[in-house]
Amino acid sequence: MNEIWDWAYTWEILPILARASLVTIQATILGFILAATLGLVFAILRMSQSPWISLPVAGFVEFIRSTPLLIQIFFIFFVFPEFGIVLSALTAGILALGLHYGTYCSEVYRAGLANIPRGQWEASTALNLSGYHTFKDVIIPQAIPPVVPALGNYLVALFKETPLLSAIAVLELMQTAKILGSETFRYTEPITLVGIFFLVFSLVTAALLRQVEGWLKRRGGG
Amino acid sequence: MPLRSLVVSVILAFTAGLVVASFAGFREFLPGLLQGALVTIQITVGGSVLAVIAAFIAAIGKMYGPWPVRWLAVGYIEVFRGTSALVQLFWLFFVLPHFGILLEPLTVAILALGLNVGAYGAEVVRGAIQSVAKGQWEAATALNMGRLTALRRIIIPQAFVRMIPPWGNLFIELLKATALVSLITISDLAFKAQQINQTTFRTVEIFTIVLVFYLAIASLITVAMRALEERAAAGISRGRS
Repeated sequence: MNEIWDWAYTWEILPILARASLVTIQATILGFILAATLGLVFAILRMSQSPWISLPVAGFVEFIRSTPLLIQIFFIFFVFPEFGIVLSALTAGILALGLHYGTYCSEVYRAGLANIPRGQWEASTALNLSGYHTFKDVIIPQAIPPVVPALGNYLVALFKETPLLSAIAVLELMQTAKILGSETFRYTEPITLVGIFFLVFSLVTAALLRQVEGWLKRRGGG
Repeated sequence: MPLRSLVVSVILAFTAGLVVASFAGFREFLPGLLQGALVTIQITVGGSVLAVIAAFIAAIGKMYGPWPVRWLAVGYIEVFRGTSALVQLFWLFFVLPHFGILLEPLTVAILALGLNVGAYGAEVVRGAIQSVAKGQWEAATALNMGRLTALRRIIIPQAFVRMIPPWGNLFIELLKATALVSLITISDLAFKAQQINQTTFRTVEIFTIVLVFYLAIASLITVAMRALEERAAAGISRGRS
């Protein structure tokens, strides 16, 4: 019990942690899909001509960006039920992750949209394209590819925030590690393994993103 | 002037929070939240100081150190950037005692958050130092300055101005990350919010006020960093001697 690292225990808990990592990955993927979608919506709404739309959206984005994700998770999980919206812990967590990172993604999209020359908008108007078609067929295909690497960074950042879901008892990696630790009073192995998992996964994702970045650059250049 | 409007909005947000809180008869839990806010500010300040120190050491070690120092700096930056802040916090809190190192929770909080943000800050410092024109180094060498003297007297003062805006963002990230320390039993704002919520069940008001508090502190950081940036930029352009 006093040794620094217990290998037998490590092998025993590894499959349990591997299963829990599926929840972490699920939360990451769903959260990011939500974030990427919401981000685009925020970015487009912020470009609205009407200050009645753009200002509140800008204020909301600033508000979400300046307050802790943990409190937002608590807010969605504890406050929403007061208004009759009862969500499971995992759903609340994914919603909070998606919303929080959606505001970050919206800044990325904004940069991408700002880089589109004015002439593209004017040409679309000249061709009598509707607002929807201008966005879908002209602006988005040019604005999105350059910002993919920046979005990818937020995917990694979101992934690293998923342990916060343990605070509302979602059985993801961190929560599972904490339960394992409290059962056996050995926290060293579970928490270190979780740390290694995150490190490996972040490094692999970062390497993949660099590949995608290179591919996009080649495609854009050719 | 955007700075003034920002100051006004901060004060407005804060007083609005306080007014709403006191009018709605939440006097019972406001003092508790303010106490928590103090702890949050304390950890933010402590963590920020540590983060700046760690970032400078790591960045300079990575760029100019002999290879063991360089590897150590790279290892620190990659490990702290590659894992979650919460995992680091728990690791320091649960695993260090196992090796006989017992730290106060508050120390663990400042250590974990400071080192975490310091790893991100190291890249900011590195980027800013690298963005200083090469000619500045050459001029310093021509004046027979040593590397460290050149770094201290010529390069860092110029890089400093460029670092301020990204550091402002990092300090806000740190402020937001302080909410995590509530999970290792420190009674910061997030902890107080949960604690008071469990006794009063005023969920909506408590969590709304807490969000406004965090927003107010974040705006204060933004205002302070803008002011610092203006002063630093003025100092550079006047050419301090």
